[in-house]
Amino acid sequence: MSPSDLLILPFEDWINAFVRGFLVPNFRPLFRALQVPVNEVLQGFDAFFAWVPMLAVTAAFALLAWRVVGRGMAIVTIVGFCFIDMIELWPETMTTLAMIITSVLFCTVIGVPIGILVARSDRAWKLTRPILDIMQTVPSFVYLVPIVMLFGVGMAPGIIATIIFALPPIIRMTNLGIRNVRGDLIEAAEAFGATPTQTLLEVQVPLAMRTIMAGLNQTLMLAMSMVVIAALIGAGGLGLVVNTGLGRLNVGQATAGGVGIVILAIVLDRITQGFAEPGKGQKTGLIAALKSFVSGQTVEPASQTYSDKTA
Amino acid sequence: MTIKLKVENVSKLFNDKRGEGLSLLKQGRAKDEIFRDIGVTVGIDNVSFEVNEGEIFVIMGLSGSGKSTLVRTLNGLIKPTMGKIMIGGDDVASCDAKRLREIRRREITMVFQHFALFPHKTVAENVAFGLRVRGLGKDERRQAAIEALARVGLQDHADSMPDQLSGGMQQRVGLARGLATDPEILLMDEPFGALDPLIRREMQDELIVLQKELKKTIIFITHDLNEALLLGDRIAIMKDGAFVQVGTAQDIVSHPADDYVRAFVADVDRSRVFTASDIAKDADHIPVHTKAIRALAVMDKAGVDLAHVVDAKEMLVGAVTRETLEAAKPDTPVADLMDTDVPSVSGESYINEMYTAAQSGAPIAVTDEDGKFVGSIEPASIFGHLASDESAGDDEDGTADDALPPQPAAPEPLGSDVRDAKQERPNQ
Repeated sequence: MSPSDLLILPFEDWINAFVRGFLVPNFRPLFRALQVPVNEVLQGFDAFFAWVPMLAVTAAFALLAWRVVGRGMAIVTIVGFCFIDMIELWPETMTTLAMIITSVLFCTVIGVPIGILVARSDRAWKLTRPILDIMQTVPSFVYLVPIVMLFGVGMAPGIIATIIFALPPIIRMTNLGIRNVRGDLIEAAEAFGATPTQTLLEVQVPLAMRTIMAGLNQTLMLAMSMVVIAALIGAGGLGLVVNTGLGRLNVGQATAGGVGIVILAIVLDRITQGFAEPGKGQKTGLIAALKSFVSGQTVEPASQTYSDKTA
Repeated sequence: MTIKLKVENVSKLFNDKRGEGLSLLKQGRAKDEIFRDIGVTVGIDNVSFEVNEGEIFVIMGLSGSGKSTLVRTLNGLIKPTMGKIMIGGDDVASCDAKRLREIRRREITMVFQHFALFPHKTVAENVAFGLRVRGLGKDERRQAAIEALARVGLQDHADSMPDQLSGGMQQRVGLARGLATDPEILLMDEPFGALDPLIRREMQDELIVLQKELKKTIIFITHDLNEALLLGDRIAIMKDGAFVQVGTAQDIVSHPADDYVRAFVADVDRSRVFTASDIAKDADHIPVHTKAIRALAVMDKAGVDLAHVVDAKEMLVGAVTRETLEAAKPDTPVADLMDTDVPSVSGESYINEMYTAAQSGAPIAVTDEDGKFVGSIEPASIFGHLASDESAGDDEDGTADDALPPQPAAPEPLGSDVRDAKQERPNQ
């Protein structure tokens, strides 16, 4: 005896009817249109990373890692990237990198303003929070089904799935960062006649920057994992290598793809963490001064670029 | 004297969404009763006052008295439930956001208890913040910031970050930020409350010196009565959201309005509150060319044994005693008989600066800032003014005279110009 003996809900049919009968015929053009900007940006990055020589990319990342994290990380970057190149996965890695950068870019563009918005209105935050909770609870695989239904298969749908999957942390952390700005600082800004926009750009965003950066790091990591899964619906890059390896039971190929992903993940994670960690890269001691003297103005520590960004 | 800020019947109720609390308050219900019945907190209860140009108006109260709420209504950070706050021709309580910003940018700034410096901006950028939101160019801002920093002696730290400075220095930056836009009114919300005592003392003295030069209208919030008495031209004592008493330091110490204020002033060091001109008495003085016989007649009439001698411009030149006059020939001019080494103090001196002058036991001459003779103080009467017993302050003549030879010349305290004297606080 179980409830199903009494009543069977045709849940599957309902969803099918809703998606196939309503969403797809009525909103297909809209979903197609949504892909356009994603596709444009993705192809731009993809073409760029395909064009830049491997050594230049490695040098740029090594320099960034050196300035933001330290010498050790720079060496890891160089060794890791050379390894990827030597196992002949460089083009795939660059595709994955382009996909990740595209997703993170869209996540930032969408997530930071939403985060700011919900930080300023308790009501908006109450509405947004359960949505974010759901987004973070739904397993990444489950996203893929409606995405395929609505957007089709290919690179752009893969990126869109990634964007949706990786969006919550940056919204949460932006919200948190803005809300945690000391009340008397906001009061001070207001007392000197700052408009709400001036208060936001001059005080709140710069002070929330580290927390936002931590959110960006989380988003990046989620994007990283999703980009691989997105290969299931036709996105390329290292994910495809792993998938193909799995399909053919080619352990070597799958492992090679996996190692490439791990190396890329480590490098990106450490660099973005470096931006988010307090105290890193903002010391004005002798060594830091010498470093900036040697390397010129390549990379400014995060804390000092606040005013420039908001100016 | 121009009135810079006028506050009329301002009340602020928290949590009063339906306006019930306000109507109950208007009916004269007690605040705790209102809170108990409908959960509405009365932050400010019908406060009215005026602040004159160039005055330091101190609002003193313990925590929870509503002083911080009150000061925040003055620049519109908190909107009062009712009442008017007039700055120039504008009512801060009711003007629109745009006008309010304009007022904040030009006419009224604020110094905060915990400095509230922006940690991501340099000292100069912090100071120039008000000018930045006003839209001034980079060079102009920088110049104004350096000027404001020079006023507080920190021009060399313009490019430091705030967390590299000590607490006292940070609050100086806060003060410079308040001054950089050259506002008419400066709100100071317990600005020295977070500093340790020595630094606080230093900052208080510095503010007094700075104020002499700037002559800003300052509304100063504090919970420290000694600070209030030291800085305030006028002081408002606040309790439970309402003003208990408003007056000069001397008023409050000598005539506390009720037991609450009395309890506060009980521990006050009166020797730092009253000045020589507060306690000096009118005394007959003798022009320098008077003959001894005439001088004796004056002293007989006044019933004193010592009189101060002044020149044609009323400047203090010396003192003569009955003894010398009686011993001399009747037509000798006083000028030949007087003792030129007379203990004297300036009218602005506090009692605690008069102890040396009082050592000789002779009456102390009190002079104004030009050196003109304004009155004298019997050393013994000083003690009367130090007693915290209210009657001593109330009846300034009685107590003082008990210990002295009768002094028929009706002596009136010269307390009327305390305000002027108060502004010139000498460095100790």
